[in-house]
Amino acid sequence: MTVTLRVWRQAGPKEKGEFKNYTVETDTDTSFLETLDILNEQLVEKKEEPIAFDSDCREGICGMCSLYINGHPHGPATGATTCQLYMRRFKNGETITVEPWRSAAFPVIKDLIVDRNAFDKIQQAGGYVSFNCGGAQDANCLPISKEAADMAMDSATCIGCGACVAACKNGSAMLFVSAKVSQFALLPQGQVERARRARKMVAKMDELGFGNCTNTGACAAECPKNISLSNIARLNREFIKAKCAE
Amino acid sequence: MELNKTANGFEIPAADSKIPEGPVAEKWTNYKAHQKLVNPANKRKLSVIVVGTGLAGASAASTLAEMGFNVLNFCIQDSPRRAHSIAAQGGINAAKNYQNDGDSVYRLFYDTVKGGDYRAREANVYRLAEVSNNIIDQCVAQGVPFAREYGGLLANRSFGGAQVSRTFYAKGQTGQQLLLGAYSSLNRQIELGKVKSFNRYEMHDVVMVDGRARGIIAKNLVTGKFERFAAHAVVLATGGYGNTYFLSTNAMSCNCSAAIAAYRKGAYFANPAFVQIHPTCIPVHGDKQSKLTLMSESLRNDGRIWVPKDLETAKKLQKGEIKGSDVPEQERDYYLERRYPAFGNLVPRDVASRAAKERCDKGFGVNNTGLAVFLDFSEAINRLGIDQVRQRYGNLFDMYEEITDVNPGELGNKIGDECYYNPMMIFPAIHYTMGGLWVDYELQTSLKGLFAIGECNFSDHGANRLGASALMQGLADGYFVLPYTIQNYLSDQISVPCPSTSLPEFDETEKACVERQNQLLAIQGNHSVDSIHKELGHVMWEYVGMARTKESLETALAKLKEIRKVFETDLYVPGTAEGYNNELDKAFRLHDFIIMGELIAYDALNRNESCGGHFREEYQTEEGEAKRDDQNYFYVSCWDYQGNDNKAPELIKEPLHYEAIKVQTRNYKS
Repeated sequence: MTVTLRVWRQAGPKEKGEFKNYTVETDTDTSFLETLDILNEQLVEKKEEPIAFDSDCREGICGMCSLYINGHPHGPATGATTCQLYMRRFKNGETITVEPWRSAAFPVIKDLIVDRNAFDKIQQAGGYVSFNCGGAQDANCLPISKEAADMAMDSATCIGCGACVAACKNGSAMLFVSAKVSQFALLPQGQVERARRARKMVAKMDELGFGNCTNTGACAAECPKNISLSNIARLNREFIKAKCAE
Repeated sequence: MELNKTANGFEIPAADSKIPEGPVAEKWTNYKAHQKLVNPANKRKLSVIVVGTGLAGASAASTLAEMGFNVLNFCIQDSPRRAHSIAAQGGINAAKNYQNDGDSVYRLFYDTVKGGDYRAREANVYRLAEVSNNIIDQCVAQGVPFAREYGGLLANRSFGGAQVSRTFYAKGQTGQQLLLGAYSSLNRQIELGKVKSFNRYEMHDVVMVDGRARGIIAKNLVTGKFERFAAHAVVLATGGYGNTYFLSTNAMSCNCSAAIAAYRKGAYFANPAFVQIHPTCIPVHGDKQSKLTLMSESLRNDGRIWVPKDLETAKKLQKGEIKGSDVPEQERDYYLERRYPAFGNLVPRDVASRAAKERCDKGFGVNNTGLAVFLDFSEAINRLGIDQVRQRYGNLFDMYEEITDVNPGELGNKIGDECYYNPMMIFPAIHYTMGGLWVDYELQTSLKGLFAIGECNFSDHGANRLGASALMQGLADGYFVLPYTIQNYLSDQISVPCPSTSLPEFDETEKACVERQNQLLAIQGNHSVDSIHKELGHVMWEYVGMARTKESLETALAKLKEIRKVFETDLYVPGTAEGYNNELDKAFRLHDFIIMGELIAYDALNRNESCGGHFREEYQTEEGEAKRDDQNYFYVSCWDYQGNDNKAPELIKEPLHYEAIKVQTRNYKS
């Protein structure tokens, strides 16, 4: 199959970017990123600069890949990352628009690569249980109901890719922050620092220039890991409780 | 102590493993009781560089910082959370015996040594089994959401090479959850200012000052600049070398350049030929593929592996005339259950991979290339119901469907009363590397002050790693072993100030990095990095892959020389040294992969026996099983660089000594 890729090219953070069109031969069993690989090989052969994009594990778990494809973060498939997207999702002859994440908090580094360092900073503000290695009690001394463990696991599934921020008209990081706050709020290990964590992570999120949440739900709809909107409801509750207790 | 001179002139001990005295079960306790420690006030004066943020790197960096050391931590991705440990699916082993099925530290130790085909260092493996239980406690305390039973206690599953259920898991995302646990501890230390984190950095060389590792030169991948970092010790946690084969289950940025940089400086490289080929990966299609996707070994708990009994049926499957679900039960050959009744579908990975190859070589392969076997869930779905099977493997089924357009949980056919579900197609692929930098019992390489942990070292898995043991080893090294053993080294460094990065040694090392970069950019030839890497991968898979012979390895070495020549004279790297240039970074890595390929071939050629993942066709039993030669090859092969890429490395042997386990032929039949 042949597709036209309409790709955002931007030489650096301060440079002006533009869309450029490229035609590439691929096939339905090839992944979208492999199609970009094919295009890059062609560009290198023509001694042109290849398109810079992020990807690593290529099996949907590391969260390194990004890309806004035809108006959707991670493209048209639901519950899948860009690296899990196969060309059978597209039509022969289609023009596919490829952009970087669009958010003030994620500045473009080059072409399709953005800087997501802000996500790490939010986690550093409180996304942990303060526990030093060594001296932990036997794991089975702390029974946790299967239901709570499963719900915590669902929240912990977040891969930190940033699709929620890119999808949000406000550029809010609420789904990302709420997933981590929820995981620990649901588990006994997270109770001691529960209020502090909610306060500190929300404060850091605000400080780093992410927008506010207006409960549109685009984040959950586009999340490649199907992180539920109920996490945001839980974060709001956690935050209000923490603020009241202050 | 016997001393060797490396090409760089440093005097280093000849593969002295420093295994402590005493019975195997008491060695680690004795070691800890007598090792030298560093007091809290002195820890504040000492700094450690940790390269890598996977399970080993992140756990070591956070634990060292918790203890009070100053840590500089580097990762190649844009965040420490993305290291490739995150992709591990199935689980992590521990000898908890929560299932009351007869497990114990000794049994985990024994299974690991046997699974490794008696080529691992006994004392290291015992310590690994011993600390395995601490890992589970540590991870639960961090808030890792392991799978639980309704009573609230931890759930277990079974994995290859074991007859007990000792594998802890978090859905099919165990690596992710364990890594996020280590990442959370790391984040806490970054917030506290004890860890400085450098993202999108790649280590290019280790800086040696007066015979000790005192720093690194790392490239900032965004600015393109080389930068200098100094510390009292350097820890490499940079993973394995599976991407030498181009197609593997490794991530795109996984590379062996840090390990090869250490090797070029004189660190021994141990057992490079021991490469693990994982039996359950999605088969290769076409020539555009960038990587292979693993389907977790946990699927072999309930999935049954088969090919048709007769060649006619296989031919029809290959032509696409029939589907797997059209083949009735009595025409299926569950060859693992047939050949290995005691372990069945749960034989170790090397055994399962070779058995698949054997069937496909005989013409029983089931896809258009003839290089695939079926992994079938019909029996499990009929027994447990689709809901329960989906609960266990749903995300893996979905992952499989996304790639192949077939869902293994969907009914394919009904023959009489029997429901046949769509089987998965699987084939072996390069997955993990047991070989790595040689380390002693303290996880120190043959260079003073340079340590290697996790997949980057060689020490615990022998010639084959059991499933769910990589996560165990990474976290054991990082949480519980290195933070102790490194103190034995650092204790006499307390009065040594952290070296300045303007020392001539830093100047020279950085200059060499810049020169190498200029050379790569100056070639301006006609071959892209990927085109040469694909050729390298092809040669490695064909001649140094699942079955090796003296002839194939000699052919490989000749071909690798040609590939290196093409690389050195006809490579094309676009762009400049300024700013982000992924092609340039890939070129550096490819250069080292070629050296790595040669190292694998040299080792495979030297080892005239078959063991674990290393199968030499000349050395097999009448039944096609691996035939070890304990008389002549009961040693760790340590390869010493001879100062020049064109010179063959020299072999140094570390003889193995087994005290607790009787070395015997592996038997998974009865």
